[in-house]
Amino acid sequence: MITRRDFLKKTVTIAGVAMPLAAFEIIDPEKLFAQVAAEKTKVRWAFLVDTYKCVGCGFCVKACKNENEIPYDANVTRTWVERYVLTKDGRLFADTPKGARDGFTTTKIDLGLGKFQDIKKDNIEKAYFVPKLCNQCENPPCVQVCPVGATYQAPDGVVLVDRTWCIGCGYCIMACPYGVRFFHPVHHTAEKCNFCYHRITKGMKTACVDACPFGARKIGNIKDPNDPVTKIVRTERVGVLKSEFGTKPQVFYIGLDEEVR
Amino acid sequence: MVHGEVWTLKELFVTPNEYIYWSVQIVMYPFMTGLVAGAFVLSSLYHVFGIKELKDIARFALVFSFALLFAAPMPIMLHLQFPFRGINVMMTSHFTSAIAAFGIVFFTYGAIVASELWFLYRKHFVLKAVALRDMQDKTMLQWLEYLLYTALTLGAYDISEQALHRDEKAIKVLAGIGIPVACFLHGYAGFIFGSVKANALWMTPLMPVIFIMSAVVSGIALCMITYIVVMEIRKIMIKRARKPWQASLEEVKGAELHVVKMTAKYLVFFLIFAISLELLDLIFRGYTAVKSWDMLRTIIYERDFYDIFIMQYGIGNLIPLILFLSPGLTIRRAVLGVLLVLFGVFMMRWNVVIGGQAFSLTFAGFMHYHLPIIPHDWETFKEGLGGALSIFIMPFVLFYFIAKVFPVFSSKEAH
Repeated sequence: MITRRDFLKKTVTIAGVAMPLAAFEIIDPEKLFAQVAAEKTKVRWAFLVDTYKCVGCGFCVKACKNENEIPYDANVTRTWVERYVLTKDGRLFADTPKGARDGFTTTKIDLGLGKFQDIKKDNIEKAYFVPKLCNQCENPPCVQVCPVGATYQAPDGVVLVDRTWCIGCGYCIMACPYGVRFFHPVHHTAEKCNFCYHRITKGMKTACVDACPFGARKIGNIKDPNDPVTKIVRTERVGVLKSEFGTKPQVFYIGLDEEVR
Repeated sequence: MVHGEVWTLKELFVTPNEYIYWSVQIVMYPFMTGLVAGAFVLSSLYHVFGIKELKDIARFALVFSFALLFAAPMPIMLHLQFPFRGINVMMTSHFTSAIAAFGIVFFTYGAIVASELWFLYRKHFVLKAVALRDMQDKTMLQWLEYLLYTALTLGAYDISEQALHRDEKAIKVLAGIGIPVACFLHGYAGFIFGSVKANALWMTPLMPVIFIMSAVVSGIALCMITYIVVMEIRKIMIKRARKPWQASLEEVKGAELHVVKMTAKYLVFFLIFAISLELLDLIFRGYTAVKSWDMLRTIIYERDFYDIFIMQYGIGNLIPLILFLSPGLTIRRAVLGVLLVLFGVFMMRWNVVIGGQAFSLTFAGFMHYHLPIIPHDWETFKEGLGGALSIFIMPFVLFYFIAKVFPVFSSKEAH
């Protein structure tokens, strides 16, 4: 039988022992790692696309598919090029056949369902190409919605997917306003552009940057003021895609048109 | 082939990675959790608010809610690319995600339903266990039954007047806690959609509330139809093979009109609430007409007009309302009404989930969904008509077995 005196004594003892224990902060190894890594690297990857230079050859798409082992004939791709054609009568046409893997070899616009629309040269007001890839958002909605934490943001800003932990629910695919995510046809997990993380962390450029014959694509470290990409982003007029979603995309575009979706 | 490619048709400007990734199983998921939540709310109307007319259907609804509970996560399992990794949601819950709370909410809710059921059927378990214990020369089956019921009593054999009174109190408390939890379970299914900012059709703070209201509607409808069908089948069965130890014909009643009428009143009440909210959402979108409205208008008033205004609002809402509100409701009319209501709620889920993916992120292209009917592999089965039907049938099969342990028909044993 416990007396009141004993009970009080024990309570005080336990409380006395517990108090100093509370002084220890529980260290989250992940947070610690991120902190250390971020301080050490001082890197934040960003991308620059000069739409004036893009001719829609599709070399970047080809290179990406090969580099990142996305089955060549599968109708999904980590990066793609869109073609926009605005006619004199104010109509907008846009397409991206096979993600422009083979480039734009015809003037016919792909309307889907096997239909094509040919636009006469005289009728074109303006036309241009827009390469697309993952925006490696500062505030990535895909990371927010992953129920298991299989997709995460590296300290240098790149959003990665853990293929061994992804459950394949597709919530991240739904949450991305840019449509850059898909299920890998072989691994069946969520898949996306990761700026060729295996290359950029070893001092190389991404496969698409290396493949682009016109220098329309550039990758750089936005934290480094001497980086050519940073210089352009800071001193020239650049835009980002769909800023209204508050995702803070880190792929910057030179010559972005209002019609680009 | 890429996941989703087989049932997606693209038209005009659609980006390469866009497919209908959330297919029929994601339609089934909110539909099934809606039924769970609705059935529970119906049972609570009696236990918490003491609406006596619902007494018969309340116990029935609770047991049915329990059966539905097991079926609710199944659509997700069939949808996941890695169903066996589904447990990761509980291993490394990433709480910024709406789906991450699923395990916690689901099991909390399950525990509440299970405990409420236990209190409700405790007396039945004790009487069964004692009767079987005293029985001489038990057969193998009776031994198993004895073990089952003894286990189910959890060692609490006190069925005195006071003890039973305490049980009733516990039921009331559990049912009371259960209502917000049930609403949360479903409201947050609505949140899963409503919080996707990338999807112009889904993103609205009204989504969780709309989901809860339509959930209650569908839950009540399913309980009504099952109640009517089971009571009628039981009447026919007993009439056919009447044995001396079974209830006499006077005791065996079919579905009772006053129960159906009372339940129908609540159904209509929640249905009107649900429709009002949906229309409010529609009007608000049209009135504010933000960037996405051009596309949404095309989807709602042109492409999905038939599915939304004819199938969902017309056949699924308007006709049932007329059926229920015209004077002199009969059981037959009620059956037709609730079947249409169930169809209407299913169409609402369909129009949200599939409709939300009917347009491209570019707002300049469309995607058409073709439900795989004849499967040619496992994927087209599980995310096709076969998978959806299996999910729909599952709770009825479960109910058949669960009702063997938890008798749902009025007897003097249970409260």
